[in-house]
Amino acid sequence: MRTRKMSLCVEQIRHVCTLGAFESVLAIKRAVPIVHAGPGCVAKLWTTLGSQNGHQGSGYVGGHAIPCTNASEKEVVFGGTDRLRKVITNTFDVIDGDLFVVLTGCTSDIIGDDVGEITRKFQAQGKPIVYVETGGFKGSNLIGHELVLDAIIDQYLQPQQVEPGLVNIWSSVPYQNTFWSGDIEQLNLLISSLGLKPNVIFGPDSSVDAVNDIPKAQFNLVISPWVGLRTAEHLKDKFGTPFLHYPALPIGPTETSNFLRTVGEFAGIDPSVVENVIRKQEDRYFYYLERAADTLLETRLLPRRFITVADSLYALGIARFLTNDMGLIPEKQFITDDTPTDYQSDVIAEFGKFTNDIAPETVFSNDGGYVEEEIRKLKIRSRPLILGSSWERVVARDLNAYQLSVSAPIGNELVLSKSYVGYNGALQLIEDIYSVVLNDFM
Amino acid sequence: MSINLNLSQVTIREKRLKSIVGYQGTIKDLAEQSQSGCLKNASRGFSQATNCNSGCAQGYLSSITDAAIVNHGPIGCAGDVAGANAGFQWGQRIRDWNQRNVRIINTNMSENAVVFGGDKILKEGILKAYERFNPKAIFVTTSCASGIIGDDIESTIRNVEAEIGIPVVPVFCEGFRSQIWASGFDAAFHAILSRIVKPAEKKRPELVNVINFAGSGRAVITEIFGRLGLVPQFGIPYSNIEEISRWSEAAATISICGTLGSYMGNGLEQNFGVPYVTALQPHGISGFDDWLTKLGETVGKEKEVEEYLAEQKILAAPELEEIKFKLKGKKVVVGMGPSFAHNYIRLLEDLGMEVVWGFSWHYDAKHDHGGCPSCTTELTKKDKDIPVSVSDQQNHEVINVLSKVKPDIFIGRHPGMSVWATKMGIPAIMVSDEYSAFGYQGTIEFGHRIIDALTNNSLAVNLSKRINLPYTEWWLEQDPFEFLKQKNKRKESENKKNVAVR
Ligand code: SF4
Repeated sequence: MRTRKMSLCVEQIRHVCTLGAFESVLAIKRAVPIVHAGPGCVAKLWTTLGSQNGHQGSGYVGGHAIPCTNASEKEVVFGGTDRLRKVITNTFDVIDGDLFVVLTGCTSDIIGDDVGEITRKFQAQGKPIVYVETGGFKGSNLIGHELVLDAIIDQYLQPQQVEPGLVNIWSSVPYQNTFWSGDIEQLNLLISSLGLKPNVIFGPDSSVDAVNDIPKAQFNLVISPWVGLRTAEHLKDKFGTPFLHYPALPIGPTETSNFLRTVGEFAGIDPSVVENVIRKQEDRYFYYLERAADTLLETRLLPRRFITVADSLYALGIARFLTNDMGLIPEKQFITDDTPTDYQSDVIAEFGKFTNDIAPETVFSNDGGYVEEEIRKLKIRSRPLILGSSWERVVARDLNAYQLSVSAPIGNELVLSKSYVGYNGALQLIEDIYSVVLNDFM
Repeated sequence: MSINLNLSQVTIREKRLKSIVGYQGTIKDLAEQSQSGCLKNASRGFSQATNCNSGCAQGYLSSITDAAIVNHGPIGCAGDVAGANAGFQWGQRIRDWNQRNVRIINTNMSENAVVFGGDKILKEGILKAYERFNPKAIFVTTSCASGIIGDDIESTIRNVEAEIGIPVVPVFCEGFRSQIWASGFDAAFHAILSRIVKPAEKKRPELVNVINFAGSGRAVITEIFGRLGLVPQFGIPYSNIEEISRWSEAAATISICGTLGSYMGNGLEQNFGVPYVTALQPHGISGFDDWLTKLGETVGKEKEVEEYLAEQKILAAPELEEIKFKLKGKKVVVGMGPSFAHNYIRLLEDLGMEVVWGFSWHYDAKHDHGGCPSCTTELTKKDKDIPVSVSDQQNHEVINVLSKVKPDIFIGRHPGMSVWATKMGIPAIMVSDEYSAFGYQGTIEFGHRIIDALTNNSLAVNLSKRINLPYTEWWLEQDPFEFLKQKNKRKESENKKNVAVR
């Protein structure tokens, strides 16, 4: 069962516009975005994706270090290509980077600057630069993330000899998913534990070399309900790389073990190797869970039911874990990532595959105001648990609910390497949820 | 230029106040050029991400307690709303209010609206805001996209307004319109002055309007004003529409920041007869003395102010001496908005520090009362000239200057700046609260904050050892203003005369 909210306007935003994908560029070490847009775009988008989202800072070349044309009235009236050409030329002198990505905003896209022509001239000089039109009205930054990857695939990548065992992972979207860098580290560990070699494109171990190596991969692994599918399909078309689509973020033993078996089988890994990994990890997980069990059962006022307000990746991953492994009951699940209509039925289908025939109702809406109204209408007997963003803190207080921030924007937590992915991530999630509960007593 | 409330749009600062974002020289030269009217903006051949006026307009208005905002643009233009909300939570927290979220709706402009016009979705957004929040007024903020496609916002607004019967007020703040993000404050105040403030029915001679941001200094000011027989009315944030409509009743208006308050203060003076106090900012001792003295002169409380200040001077003297002793000769770089920058330069020099560079993120050659900003002219009275530049947070200039002048500390006021000094091993302080260094006790408090930052610089040192800056060696060897196209630009050698290089 699902509901889709038809109203167009949006309150309490949880993702930003296409141009927000400059953050994906920043997630690749020594890759440099060059933004051709108005003077406020970067600052605005960075607020939702960075400073108010786990307090992710500017890093190597983010924030005010990003080369930007700051398009003014003059560029809007007379065209901004001269200005852009100048900024790109000087960027190569001033900024120390390995790959440059020109991204446009509304001003440039509406007036129709030919950014492709300018960029191609630099490409012809052998500069590592690509361009992508990301005018804000095209959609969300999740779409923008895929557009940036399209640009890199089409304008930059060269065919390579395939390296057996090498895997590109497309999952948590940098900066949008607050825990993305920790998630990537955990996914890399899981994949490595099977004897495969993750090609690390984003995050602390990333490099432009890894970007160059994308066509070398034995296969692409998409771990997400829909974001990244387009990238994998594109890579299949262009380089013939096969891909595996695993729709849920693996959190907790049930999903993670299933994930490892699925990947192992796809990669042709000896099942005994896979089972060995799973056994060790599950043993460790249940060692801790056994210790937690007393409190999970005996604390006063434990939450029985939970509401998730997150993008499809986190909503599905977290809801599966809490239902399949922790015995909680999913109330309405709000999916806020503006899931394109084409993918919505697939996402719904995944929300039908829970233990004990539980099939939570899903609501697609990126309008937090509407979500809040719906939450207020729910009749929940126990003290509910709301897993959302910092926008939900108000409604949680009003409803006397427990609240944990798991999706953008998260202003109330500092997030560094934390992740809820895998076996260890599940332990972290249990720690966080039940610490909220326990903190409420003292 | 007088403030014309019959226009639907405020005239941007570049035109109204001859404001600039490109300059390099010294404080005396800057003041001289602005007084003689020949100060020109210099453009840059390279630039980095700044901010736009929509953030200032929307953020400021969003904390009016019973108003709603409709932001007419694609969803990214509401990207800063999460930040406005964080600020709003803090403001409610320090007032012990029940916390709620900011009331901002974005019209989520899509490709379709860009091609066929966004008037319909704007109307929908306004009606939605009315239905959801039951506000006393709705402010409609514009975006780059709505501005370029030329939506007829005013006529849409007029129609809906007739339907719902509350003020629906346009706030024109398209990002590309002005290079000065503070133009957004003016846009917000223009909306308030033209549509919310009503002519006074009765005057209240004890009442003083205080223009500020979050307003953490309310208790202190209330106490001080109380001694003078005055009552402060803080705003605009955390006020309601009814209260704002009566700002015309006050005996005077004063602001915590010259950049912020100029339009509102002078607008109230010119259109509603409420005098605006154009003093130094109340940061540091001389600033606070001037602020309170000028207020006293405006409302006829000279004697009370004099007594109060004399008392404070004696109380604070020993601690101030101790701070000055500890800070003497320490080199500092300041980077803030113009009013705060020039006020903090004075305050730091008064504390015995040596300001080796002052960045201001823009500069208004004059304020709305017609004169050059007092915080700037005040600095020209010092014997020593101070090297300054004007940029809209151009990071390459800041880093280059810092790497050359090597100060003991960097003091900034805008998000995303202090971190860069720290990465270079220079301890930094961010002055995010507008009441930091306010009055005598605030100044003492701030002095200790600097001393603490200088006492343990381990975070900065450790970071700088392991972190690479994104700038090429080539760039760091250049003149910091290589890309600034200023005709009378000083050569680096000339600069060095003013800059003590260690
Ligand atoms: S919607 Fe357009 S103008 Fe607004 S932030 Fe995004 S690109 Fe910039």
